[in-house]
Amino acid sequence: QIFINNEWHDAVSKKTFPTVNPSTAEVICQVAEGDKADVDKAVKAAKEAFRLGSPWRRMDASHRGLLLNRLADLIERDSAYLATLETLDNGKPYSVSYSVDLPLVVKCLRYYAGWADKNHGKTIPIDGDYFCYTRHEPVGVCGQIIPWNFPLLMQAWKLGPALATGNTVVMKVAEQTPLTALYVASLIKEVRFPEGVVNIIPGYGHTAGAAISSHMDIDKVAFTGSTEVGQLILQAASRNLKKVTLELGGKSPNIILSDADLEDAVEQAHFALFFNQGQCCCAGSRTYVQEDVYNEFVERSVERAKKRIVGDPFSLQTEQGPQVDEDQFKKVLGYISAGKRDGAKLMCGGGVAADRGYFIQPTIFGEVKDNMTIAREEIFGPVMQILKFKTLEEVIERGNDTQYGLAAAVFTRDIDKAHYISAALRAGTVWINCYDVFGAQAPFGGYKASGNGRELGEYSLENYTEVKTVTIKVPQKNS
Amino acid sequence: LQIFINNEWHDSSCGRKIPVYNPATGEKICEVEEGDEEDVDKAVKAAKEAFQLGSVWRRMDASDRGRLLNKLADLVERDQLILTTMETIDSGKLFLIAYFVDLMAAVKTLRYYGGWSDKIQGRTIPVDGEYFTFTRHEPVGVCGQIIPWNFPLLMFIWKIAPALCCGNTVVIKPAEQTPLTALHMAALVKEAGFPPGVVNVVPGYGSTAGAAIASHMYIDKVAFTGSTEVGKLIKEAAGKSNLKRVTLELGGKNPNIVFADADLDHAVEQAHHGLFFNQGQCCLAGSRIFVEETIYEEFVRRSVERAKQRVLGNPFIPGVDQGPQIDKKQFDKILELIESGRKEGAKLECGGSQWGDKGLFVQPTVFSDVTDEMRIAKEEIFGPVQQIMKFKTIDEVIKRANSTHYGLVAGVFTQDINKALTIASSLQAGTVW
Repeated sequence: QIFINNEWHDAVSKKTFPTVNPSTAEVICQVAEGDKADVDKAVKAAKEAFRLGSPWRRMDASHRGLLLNRLADLIERDSAYLATLETLDNGKPYSVSYSVDLPLVVKCLRYYAGWADKNHGKTIPIDGDYFCYTRHEPVGVCGQIIPWNFPLLMQAWKLGPALATGNTVVMKVAEQTPLTALYVASLIKEVRFPEGVVNIIPGYGHTAGAAISSHMDIDKVAFTGSTEVGQLILQAASRNLKKVTLELGGKSPNIILSDADLEDAVEQAHFALFFNQGQCCCAGSRTYVQEDVYNEFVERSVERAKKRIVGDPFSLQTEQGPQVDEDQFKKVLGYISAGKRDGAKLMCGGGVAADRGYFIQPTIFGEVKDNMTIAREEIFGPVMQILKFKTLEEVIERGNDTQYGLAAAVFTRDIDKAHYISAALRAGTVWINCYDVFGAQAPFGGYKASGNGRELGEYSLENYTEVKTVTIKVPQKNS
Repeated sequence: LQIFINNEWHDSSCGRKIPVYNPATGEKICEVEEGDEEDVDKAVKAAKEAFQLGSVWRRMDASDRGRLLNKLADLVERDQLILTTMETIDSGKLFLIAYFVDLMAAVKTLRYYGGWSDKIQGRTIPVDGEYFTFTRHEPVGVCGQIIPWNFPLLMFIWKIAPALCCGNTVVIKPAEQTPLTALHMAALVKEAGFPPGVVNVVPGYGSTAGAAIASHMYIDKVAFTGSTEVGKLIKEAAGKSNLKRVTLELGGKNPNIVFADADLDHAVEQAHHGLFFNQGQCCLAGSRIFVEETIYEEFVRRSVERAKQRVLGNPFIPGVDQGPQIDKKQFDKILELIESGRKEGAKLECGGSQWGDKGLFVQPTVFSDVTDEMRIAKEEIFGPVQQIMKFKTIDEVIKRANSTHYGLVAGVFTQDINKALTIASSLQAGTVW
């Protein structure tokens, strides 16, 4: 059901929608379908919880931190259950849900628990006989729309900074994967966040999501998802000029120089693309390999991809589960066809991996050219593109030649080349001799069409803080 | 009760023991192994080892240091009754205060610093030339910490929490009067999972163990809370030895200024607690109360009435407001200063001598008509002796409040926003309430 004011509600319309297990294509259960009317109810609750004098507004900042830490404790307590639910709903291997997603969720919440009472304003030496200071206030009611690729983690990335800084939240979870977020809602109630502070609505983007982005009483919207929808959100937000942060798509270049440790680079590049069934906004989906090592790199990558175990995500041997739903499944297969049509060389995979569920074979295209569809558009599936380059200047230009700018990586042993490339690439995160390394402490976000603003780290506090300058007349100012 | 080094318990090298007394009854509670220079050496060796490049502590994720601090907070919370009882028997502070103030603050402080550990950030800096410049915020190294007896547990936490948060290792000497809660904390540090050598607790005397810490060649930083007199010795020793970094939290003779427009009842009550809290044994005691002349008489009258209501007795019993002073030395010093107040012409409004015939209790004492040159107006008494003085104008009271070599805290009571902000910016004090 829908979670509003620490209570469970049916949709106003009484409608429900199914959530499907992508390994089997079977329906897991029905979920209340939130629409505009439910968003209105949630916003009302969130607004009430944000009222001056409310328990949430009057709460010690350190106590907000304590509640976040307790939530982390409960998520830790229920890790096995949550990991199971995540795998059932999303298809990612259980071994990964349990040993990667869940611990990152806990760490993220604990990190933001620590910030709660450290969001300092400043006292400012302004001209004149005045005492001037800034208050770092919460923005207010925050709409948060999260995707299906890391359901729990995306929820934590959004709730952590918003709650640490004292905001209230109306969160729409992805229709493909609503289950774990709703379970966390029950933990939020168990931990005793005041009612109305967190409200969670399962529903569709074009109904509930659109209602959030255009709502006149929502003060800020944070969205993670496709660039296409990000554009819609930014436009809708202009109605009341709510603040907007966006984490969108990417076509991230992963650059392998000839002096790299080749074995390591092959393994990392494999991980960079295929992790999470290729469903990462920051997937290294354009692997640029310097010509001297190109042939060997391709050969080893193909060998590695062929070894990738695709299957039941609950089996601990499985490395790759199904794509999240039929839409994505068809879309990825469409891109594979486009790759073949455009003349890229299919080195392995290229088809469906099972006759039930949405499994796709790990696929590699070699001899990819920058203007091919598979080199320009975000595939979001287990399809790797390997391109050849000669010089540093060339690969920097080609790497930057994209509307996106989320992440990038370079593999090299040469400290000067590493510094040069990392400074030159227009990407929010640059990894050197590693990939997909995340920490709650380090900010993440995109240049250009990959988004606005940064999540994680100290930086994300800004997204959820409204700065108020207070200036008081004093009889005589002394320094 | 032994010395804690490398997560193990050790006897003292010199073989001596420190007797620990209950100041409410005068009885000996127990004995604790006495640490001297040799034990400090052992502890420093362990702390240095734990700080080696490549050690478990140095390689640990910052966020894990935070996890350990939070775990320690959980354990303090679990053992709050034990710690509160121990603290009360050892220091004479009221049980209910130790529970609701000292223990709660200890837990909150640990959690606060637990939250900072992975947020200690350096910067990247746009320096001229073809360079990439960044700052690393590294731990200082082995930190010597010397703490007082007035808030034994809380001072222990104030010292170790930020030090551990930033990745340092610690050699901490609790006060010889109050070593017990520090030693229980040592056991909790081990239980929480801090690697051996990260926290070492060496009970001992200031002139031996404390001096050994201040002048140790392999301690990188010393932090001391205590009297200004000893603070000077520490700074000197640091300079003479290895130029170790020094931070000091010392004494105060703090002005508490009450304007005529203040809410009088509130001001009297606050000024009362501002002086008498913790048996007057606070570095931040408001021990010079400046009252605007138009309300002076009334203020004194109400303060005396309030002081007379103060109940002395066994600190374990609810309803008791004040326990004993910490030891004979302090007790004697307080009575001596009270005597000087009488001699120098201050008006003794109430109290002025010992209370009861067992334990080190001093009657709540109020002096009025105190002038700035009297010893009781200049020297830190550290006991339940309240000085009330008169002032006319705001400029006058600012001058008088600032004419002291101390500058720890200050207070102002007024409804007038301009007076409040003026005083706040004019007083030379680290905190203004």
